[in-house]
Amino acid sequence: MSQRQVLQVFEQYQKARTQFVQMVAELATRPQNIETLQNAGVMSLLRTLLLDVVPTIQQTAALALGRLANYNDDLAEAVVKCDILPQLVYSLAEQNRFYKKAAAFVLRAVGKHSPQLAQAIVDCGALDTLVICLEDFDPGVKEAAAWALRYIARHNAELSQAVVDAGAVPLLVLCIQEPEIALKRIAASALSDIAKHSPELAQTVVDAGAVAHLAQMILNPDAKLKHQILSALSQVSKHSVDLAEMVVEAEIFPVVLTCLKDKDEYVKKNASTLIREIAKHTPELSQLVVNAGGVAAVIDCIGSCKGNTRLPGIMMLGYVAAHSENLAMAVIISKGVPQLSVCLSEEPEDHIKAAAAWALGQIGRHTPEHARAVAVTNTLPVLLSLYMSTESSEDLQVKVLFPWIFRYTSAEGGQLSTT
Amino acid sequence: MATLARLQARSSTVGNQYYFRNSVVDPFRKKENDAAVKIQSWFRGCQVRAYIRHLNRIVTIIQKWWRSFLGRKQYQLTVQIQRRWRGYRVRKYLFNYYYLKEYLKVVSETNDAIRKALEEFAEMKEREEKKANLEREEKKRDYQARKMHYLLSTKQIPGIYNSPFRKEPDPWELQLQKAKPLTHRRPKVKQKDSTSLTDWLACTSTRSFPRSEILPPINRKQCQGPFRDITEVLEQRYRPLEPTLRVAEPIDELKLAREELRREEWLQNVNDNMFLPFSSYHKNEKYIPSMHLSSKYGPVSYKEQFRSENPKKWICNKETSTAEAK
Repeated sequence: MSQRQVLQVFEQYQKARTQFVQMVAELATRPQNIETLQNAGVMSLLRTLLLDVVPTIQQTAALALGRLANYNDDLAEAVVKCDILPQLVYSLAEQNRFYKKAAAFVLRAVGKHSPQLAQAIVDCGALDTLVICLEDFDPGVKEAAAWALRYIARHNAELSQAVVDAGAVPLLVLCIQEPEIALKRIAASALSDIAKHSPELAQTVVDAGAVAHLAQMILNPDAKLKHQILSALSQVSKHSVDLAEMVVEAEIFPVVLTCLKDKDEYVKKNASTLIREIAKHTPELSQLVVNAGGVAAVIDCIGSCKGNTRLPGIMMLGYVAAHSENLAMAVIISKGVPQLSVCLSEEPEDHIKAAAAWALGQIGRHTPEHARAVAVTNTLPVLLSLYMSTESSEDLQVKVLFPWIFRYTSAEGGQLSTT
Repeated sequence: MATLARLQARSSTVGNQYYFRNSVVDPFRKKENDAAVKIQSWFRGCQVRAYIRHLNRIVTIIQKWWRSFLGRKQYQLTVQIQRRWRGYRVRKYLFNYYYLKEYLKVVSETNDAIRKALEEFAEMKEREEKKANLEREEKKRDYQARKMHYLLSTKQIPGIYNSPFRKEPDPWELQLQKAKPLTHRRPKVKQKDSTSLTDWLACTSTRSFPRSEILPPINRKQCQGPFRDITEVLEQRYRPLEPTLRVAEPIDELKLAREELRREEWLQNVNDNMFLPFSSYHKNEKYIPSMHLSSKYGPVSYKEQFRSENPKKWICNKETSTAEAK
């Protein structure tokens, strides 16, 4: 009998611990409770509960810590200062998948706030264990690990290099091929965040064979996935001509043009960003885009969007027209100039107006023919009013001023005098 | 005369002295000679090296000029070739007005084709979305009809969608007729925690009377009949349990006892890994034969020792054995 009573005491304690940790995890979902929790010193209590014997308590404690660290960066710093990270990393290697998911969530929540915190995570050796988690069978664990790696790699080039050195890129490419859509999304966004910092990192991503898989998945109907894939491809192709050529060789044209007609605004924006990054490098690449009918598609896309989603499309037209006069003529006959002048007059924001003015300048600067084609659409009074108005910014005024004054006074003088 | 005598006296020692002085000087001479040789050889080496360096510099300059000359020749040749080619290309493609017109026409045709294709694509997507929406609406309506199946009109009583003042019944009526009624959702069987004896004891000891939230109505008629005294009833209801030994033990006591025993034995274990008798550790062992089998000399057969055989004297071929003899 006495033994049963002794066991009962232990059972009570265990029940109390479980209840406490579950309540804390629930309270941490609401922002108004987090201040109180922090003042009550929940961090040290959760740290001891992380080392608990019962696995459920460990997992719930990790989940609660993750939610707290997610809220703001003070709490995330407190997590780092209390030396919780080495314990997490150590047990991440051994425990079951629920614990792995919760621990990866904590690492993600800490790493997303600032580069210093992400560096702290890298210093305690979390990268190797996260890469091991990427090889796990459960797709939820893979997703949590890929998300954590993405937030770490997002901040700067050194952290991305550390992630690449831990051998994450081939595993991320494998994750992209998995059937679960959420995992594909996260892996594509992680590759995009790794490749965006420098050409060497983008080259590493391409060497792992990511481009072919990304290009295949453009046809996937899920909008968020398309958004991440297009972002990844544009980050890879923006660095150099070779990388852009490699992306083009993966046969993205004309499939990318269908993405320009998608309902989702972000998909349209990222698709026009990708085409812009490809077209800006050399005249040959712009020629390729024009031959595939990309200019017409982008002009239609500009017509159907509003605001910041138009900006990459406008810049793409400017880049294409800047390379050579034949390409500028191609833009003119695709009815680009009326669309650009509509953008110029409609848009409220200064930087979009500046971009539209710059693009029109690039179109019109080659020969008198081009200048006439631009002047015919009555954009010059609009430009002049923009230049004269006191509200427009310096940048806008400069962009409006130079191409026009220098080129047009030397070109069709008669045409100018009639407008 | 005196000097002669002196010299003669010294003559014997002169030879010795002469020899002695020469021999003393010898090592110094040798040393100095060696030193001079070394210095001279070093100096000559420096001279030669300087000369070689000088030669090297001159050779470099000559090679430089020669190679630049070669390169310039090559450059001129290649530039000539490229010039010719670029002129040809520009004249054929870029400045060619008609070619440009052709190109622009092709570009505009491609643009139109792409625009049409994209329009078709967008239309197709619209159609698909509309279809999906319609299907969803259909499913929702169907589900609603199934839920409201009881509103169907019977022969006696017309339902609310089948008003007698209407010319024809509401379309919902037809929907209800087509729909199949929903079955009751089976309540989820909750895993009941095993109630142990202690729980029952706890619930009786604290005088927990099952009370409902609402009070009984005021003007309820009093129940008829003689009732027992309420204190007696409560006493009986809340009498503390005095279970017999058989009842007091839990029903799975055997299992619990086994667990206890196993736990105690586990405490005494040195190693947690189970002992596996057929582990493949033993497979790698080399077989060590016994002494009998590992000697060169085999076992001696008894027959040779004790019996001498002469097969020629045998009557028949077969050997007889005593066991077979009947």
